[in-house]
Amino acid sequence: MKSNSFVDVLAVSTKPAEELAELLRPPTLKDWFLGYLHGVWVVTEIEIRKLRHDPFELVTRVVQPALWLVVFGEAFSRLRAIPTGNVNYLTFMTPGILAQSLMFISIFFGISIIWERDAGILQKFLVMPVPRASFITGKGLGAGVRALCQAVVIFGLALLLGVQLKWSVVGIVGSLLTVLVGSSFFSILSMLIAITVKTRERFMGIGQVLTMPLFFASNAIYPLAIMPDWLRVVAQVNPLSYVVDLLRGYLVYGSVPNALLDWTVLLIAVVIVQTIASLTYQTIVL
Amino acid sequence: MSNIIEVENLEKCFGEHAAVDRINFSIEEGECFGLLGPNGAGKTTTIRMLITLISATSGSMSIAGLDVQHNKAIVRRLLGYVPQSLSADASLTGYENLLIIAKLLGLSAQERKRRIEEVLEILNLKYAAHQMVQTYSGGMVRRLEIGQAILNRPHILILDEPTVGLDPTARRSVWETVDALRRKFQMTLLITTHYMEEADNYCQRVAIMDHGRIVAIGTPAELKAGLNEPGATLEDVFTSVTGNTLESGGSFREVKQLRRRARRFN
Repeated sequence: MKSNSFVDVLAVSTKPAEELAELLRPPTLKDWFLGYLHGVWVVTEIEIRKLRHDPFELVTRVVQPALWLVVFGEAFSRLRAIPTGNVNYLTFMTPGILAQSLMFISIFFGISIIWERDAGILQKFLVMPVPRASFITGKGLGAGVRALCQAVVIFGLALLLGVQLKWSVVGIVGSLLTVLVGSSFFSILSMLIAITVKTRERFMGIGQVLTMPLFFASNAIYPLAIMPDWLRVVAQVNPLSYVVDLLRGYLVYGSVPNALLDWTVLLIAVVIVQTIASLTYQTIVL
Repeated sequence: MSNIIEVENLEKCFGEHAAVDRINFSIEEGECFGLLGPNGAGKTTTIRMLITLISATSGSMSIAGLDVQHNKAIVRRLLGYVPQSLSADASLTGYENLLIIAKLLGLSAQERKRRIEEVLEILNLKYAAHQMVQTYSGGMVRRLEIGQAILNRPHILILDEPTVGLDPTARRSVWETVDALRRKFQMTLLITTHYMEEADNYCQRVAIMDHGRIVAIGTPAELKAGLNEPGATLEDVFTSVTGNTLESGGSFREVKQLRRRARRFN
């Protein structure tokens, strides 16, 4: 018994004084922050491991953007009904479809925490000495990784269809970062919905209601300029429009005139949903 | 022996309804303490307050002398918790399930490897470590979850209905595993169950809860002796103190979850 490694650290009474002091020391802000970063890293890793065990989801996700580009895109390119400046319609809409697919992946992501709550996984994580905010950010990045895979697929489709994208290093890196941050935003928003409604039935209902308005009330498949005023106002408060603007700038025009505004809006949106979701995360178990 | 857990006048209300109604108990370091009672008696709510998952309406709880409500971060370091539902992640292997917990705890790579090896050994899961948890039996999943909960070498291991939904062999193996852990590592165990017979066999002391109240507390022998009936069981004690017979119903949501889990693991 004495030689066993557990024994000396387990019972409070038998613990070395300095180790006990360390264990009973209240965490400082610095501890919290380091714990947060570490936790984010591990939670993201968990998501990647799950994806690696079962990548089937990624395969089925290819179908929808492919249909949009091949069917809708090709047809509307011939129509020339939508003014898209000096690029053809298919090129114009490709970043929009990328934004759409990252939003579709992310907006239903929150159901995973309802599932984890029902399975008891979440309760177990909540009582671990890890900041709750880590789980939100980490899962957001997990959705980001899924969306990045999707981006690679859409880039491939774009090459196949001869879409005239500007393949610059800045453009690719910039657009991948946009995909990561954009999908983090929508997946954290989705978790926030899950935390609020608590059941998968209600969650699916709200998810279905949200996706189409978010998509159509944005500049994804037509420019803001052709919208009626009321719709333009809606599109301007829709975070998806900022994602599209960044992607279109990086991939189609080679520069983003509104980069500062776009990034500021996106990052503030992420911080807002992240903060609310972290603070309310544990209420999902009630 | 000193009390590692002390609970005084603990109360939790959901609206008008008191799920836990001013209960008092204490647990000695190194003992196995059973919280007994039918579903809905308030056992899980009590546990959730102790593990910092929900806050109390009134009353006080202390763990290792620390007030739980004001030292949540520290208290979490001292606890290992195995929730009622089968909570291992079925989309990962057994090894990965342990690995992610070890990583979340911030252990070094070397220490992770050492503790995971140790845990797999103790819980007899080495042979299945690299199989997906989907392929595990219910008893194996429970052992894996206990493994996850002891990776941080907790002082107190809290198990909520650890044997619910398991076959009799698996149930015995779960009890024997936790009992061995307690002896070997001088861990304090707090276990809820509605299987009175299991508590009788393995717990040093038990508290019987009904409608949010503790209606009897003591060693199983004391409680049974109090009935003055030869051959009395804890179930008889329960019937005599509550005037009810045990009925394991559970809410609709619990039953739904239980059935879903059964589908996942059978």
